[in-house]
Amino acid sequence: MSLSIFEIAGSALSAQSQRMNVTASNLANAESAAGPDGQVYRARSVVFEMAPTPAQAAPEAVGGVRVAGVLRSEAPHRLHYEPGHPLADEQGYVALPNVDVVAEMVNMISASRSYQANVEVINTTKNLMARTLTIGQ
Amino acid sequence: MIDPIGREFGFHQMALALRQQRQEILASNIANADTPGYKARDMDFAAALARAQEATMRLGDTHLALTSARHIPGIAHTPHPDALLYRIPSQPRLDGNTVDMDLERVQFADNTLRTQAELTVLSSRLKTMMAALQQ
Repeated sequence: MSLSIFEIAGSALSAQSQRMNVTASNLANAESAAGPDGQVYRARSVVFEMAPTPAQAAPEAVGGVRVAGVLRSEAPHRLHYEPGHPLADEQGYVALPNVDVVAEMVNMISASRSYQANVEVINTTKNLMARTLTIGQ
Repeated sequence: MIDPIGREFGFHQMALALRQQRQEILASNIANADTPGYKARDMDFAAALARAQEATMRLGDTHLALTSARHIPGIAHTPHPDALLYRIPSQPRLDGNTVDMDLERVQFADNTLRTQAELTVLSSRLKTMMAALQQ
């Protein structure tokens, strides 16, 4: 077994945990009326792309995964009627983040399942490597 | 292939190397299960092993002979015989990804089991050989 399987599955682990981080940030800020810059928080999402392992033939076939970027959702803010709120506008509406809590939960479960699958790949490969080392014993 | 011991173990070596290559491809599929636009790959193991046994050499790339510094270099790449295939998706996804997680995991488990079988066979062959040497 070569070490590149560990690289591939390891890159997926870090990418999926970054996705979990973003989800956690979205869920934590689902009710934040103002962010550090004074603007209302916007939901973020990560975009994955394939990261080919070095030293292989031109059309890269195998590779890990990396985060290509973090996108900010441009969906409109949620407007909540609360005239007594310090951040309310003239009509009494407060702009709340455009976080879709249900979608974030689904995203979190999906990320955790993918993470588990990659951990399984690492464990299986580790066992195979140990078996390979004991050939002929 | 002059020495009989090398011939004895050459096949196992080829099979294990191919198994490992396939394991890498499947790990890559599982890692990229959420990557938009990623196409799941796999290899035809039986065909790859048959080709490795025939030891058919791949033709080299063809280069144009350059006799002047002002000639434009040209290269014709010969396609690799063990080119990876693309999986046919059973269900399309909107993001263009064709990884079917259940299928990949089953194939991964299958490949692991066959690698273990291969290792067991190779190990017992080695033991047989050692026993014969010690007679």
